[in-house]
Order: sequence, then structure tokens, then C-alpha cells
Amino acid sequence: MEKRIRVLVAKPGLDGHDRGAKVVARALRDAGFEVIYTGLRQTPEQIAEAALQEDVNVVALSLLSGAHPHLFPRVVELVRGKGMNDVLIVGGGVIPDADIPALKDAGVAEVFTPGTPTSAIVDFIKANVK
Amino acid sequence: MDIANELLAGSRLALSRAITAVENEYDTAVDIMQKLYPHTGRAHVIGITGPPGAGKSTLTDKLAKEYRRQGKTVGIVAVDPTSPFSGGAILGDRIRMNELTLDEGVFIRSMGTRGSLGGLSRKTAETVKIMDASGKDVIFIETVGVGQSEVDIVKAADTTLVVLVPGLGDDIQAIKAGVLEIGDVFAINKADRDGVDRLNIELEMMLDLNQDMVDWRPPIKRTVASQNQGIEELIAALDDHLGHLDKTGKLAIRRTERTKNELLAMIEEQLGRYVLRNISNSGQFEQLVTAVQQRQRDPYSVVTDLLKGILK
Repeated sequence: MEKRIRVLVAKPGLDGHDRGAKVVARALRDAGFEVIYTGLRQTPEQIAEAALQEDVNVVALSLLSGAHPHLFPRVVELVRGKGMNDVLIVGGGVIPDADIPALKDAGVAEVFTPGTPTSAIVDFIKANVK
Repeated sequence: MDIANELLAGSRLALSRAITAVENEYDTAVDIMQKLYPHTGRAHVIGITGPPGAGKSTLTDKLAKEYRRQGKTVGIVAVDPTSPFSGGAILGDRIRMNELTLDEGVFIRSMGTRGSLGGLSRKTAETVKIMDASGKDVIFIETVGVGQSEVDIVKAADTTLVVLVPGLGDDIQAIKAGVLEIGDVFAINKADRDGVDRLNIELEMMLDLNQDMVDWRPPIKRTVASQNQGIEELIAALDDHLGHLDKTGKLAIRRTERTKNELLAMIEEQLGRYVLRNISNSGQFEQLVTAVQQRQRDPYSVVTDLLKGILK
């Protein structure tokens, strides 16, 4: 059986808006990925542990509250701390362009902002997943 | 890294990677399972099945918490459907189990059915064995939301819990064959809704008609999982069932039957693969398909001839 790409779609922090995460989850499903969706208001610790238990290839973080400068790097740190060095971590949401370089420096592979076609997310994952 | 040894030493990452190796049929999978097999056979395996929306995930969450309160470690294999069109899946059972994520005595793994139709994924049984080898005391298998005939769970579990909710159908549904026949324990979840007495009576009547329940009559327990009601009573019923299996020798019979089925399934799978590889290597297969389709040959003699050639 061929390997299936497994993606954890997670919403860190206190942000109750999950329409975007659900649209992305559905698009990834239609691209043939296995998407594990964990629901709203996850702590970085919960996200990292779920990523470990599910042995995902990708962690996709969605956040619209403005807390991304704190929460995204924290997830990267915790996931790497569990020995999952090859997991691709991407983020999306309402994220100012000015914040993106710092997120990338912290280990977020790519950041998708409003207006991104879902196909761009699928293509990026296919091209970069290990 | 040696995944099997690290798993046995307690590594959660190794446990997770072992499941991936088996699910994706990596070359390392056979070696891992060979090393883990002697450490399996200790856990109480509980299957949880029922229609979509009955509350299986929420109930699993509450049962796991109660077992944890009793000091037992818990594994959960949660199966959701794979799309027959894209091959993708949305695995959403963890949404109801988030409070368990950071408990080190619990390990949850979501799986897509990947084409399997019986309510489980093809690798569910192996995943249970991997969790068993990691030392989990109780392992839940949560099936996909089932209709009437997805009954593979009985082959994988020691105890099968069928979760129902009031208001889904009249009493003829209860005498049909299939899912309702496989319950060792029944839970009527969302028991704060209308129709619970009627469903309870219908289930009891169905059980009255069963002739083969000489020493175990499946108990029917009422729960409201979201409110944590009826959970201790349900656990007591599940434990009673395990005790009953143990006392009557049925546990050994069930597990022997399971071992036999697993061996036969492995033989079938490997033989099937060997045959298919030979057929596709022979290069004649497409011609034979055309010949059968155009009624120049019949499929029965074609299959007999093909197998004669391969299995000398």
C-alpha cells in the first residue's frame, strides 16, 4: 500500500473561528490526504502530542486571533522536542506580512494568508513533505 | 532506531512509528510485529460500534477517563471512513477526546478505513497488538458509524459494545440480522431523550427471542455520555463480560478463533499478492479479460487455467 500523507489540522489558542480550518481540511481530504482534525482551542502541548500519536507528516496551524508570533514557534519547538524533526509545519490565517519572516525563522515552513487558493496549500505540501 | 525495542522500553514515538510502519506496509513492519508478538495478548480489547452520531467517541472518552481513574492504562484506535473517490479522509474522533491527549497513560490513534468495508481498517488488528505490546491494559476500538452489516469488530474485540440512541426506527429493525446480533453489552446513549423506554423494551424483546444466550444475556445500560451519566455502570458491565469470558473458557475460544482467522487472512493476502504478481508478469491477462468480455471464453475456466499455471 502506498504511503498516505497524514496532516494534523489544528487551531491553537483562544480563537473560535474554524471555517477556514474546515475548508482547508476538506481540500486536503479531496487531495487524498488523511486529515486529523482536533477541534478548537488547543494548547501547543496538545497539538504536539496529537502530532506524535498520529505520526503525521504535516502539522497545519490555523489562527486568526493574532497570537501566532507566540503560538506557532511554540508548537514548532514542542514538536521538534519530541524527536519529530522531519514533520513539515505550516501556518495560515490572518497573519500580517511583516510577521512572516520571523515565523519562518522559527521553523514554520510556509504561511498562507487570506486569498490563497487551497490548491496552493496542497501543492506546497506535496512538494515539501518528507 | 530499533522501533520494537524502543517501544517495549516505553517510547511513545516508537509506538506511533510502529503503527505507521504496519499501516503503510513498510518493509520493517514484519520485523517489528515479530518482535512485538510475544508481548501481546494481555489487554482487554473492547469494540465500540453503533450508528453515526450515536455518541461513540464521547462515550469512549468517558469510559477511558473512568478506566484511568481506576489506574488502568488505555489505548484507543478510532476508525473513520476513507473517501472512495479521493482516498483521503477526515479523522475527527479526537475532537471528543482532547482532554485525554496529555495523559501519558492514554494513546489515541486515528485510522482511515482505506477501502475496508466492515467498519474497521485493514490494519486495525495489528494496531491493537502494537498498543497491547506497549502495555495498555484496556484497548478500545471505535468503529466507523455503522449501518446494519458492518460486523468485523466481533472478530477483533473480546467484548463488543453496541451503542444505540432512541428514535432511529421501529421494532422490526431490532430483529434484523447484523449489528444488533453482535452486542455483548448494549448502551442506550442520549438516554435523556424521548423514546428511551421504548427502545429498551424493543431490545429486551429482541434478546428474549435469542435462543443461544444460555449463560450470558447482554445487559442494556442507559448512558448520557456528554453528562458523564451511567459510565461506571457501563464499565461494570464490560468488566463483568470479560470475567464471564474468562470463567467459562470462552476467552480462550474467542482468541483461538481470532488467531485462526488472522493466520488464514495472512495466507490469503500473501497468496493473493503472489498470484497477482505472477499474472501481471505473464502479460496475457489483458487478452484474457478481452476474451471473457467478448464471450469467447468463460471466466471460470480462465481462472482455473491461470491458477494451474501459477500454483504448480
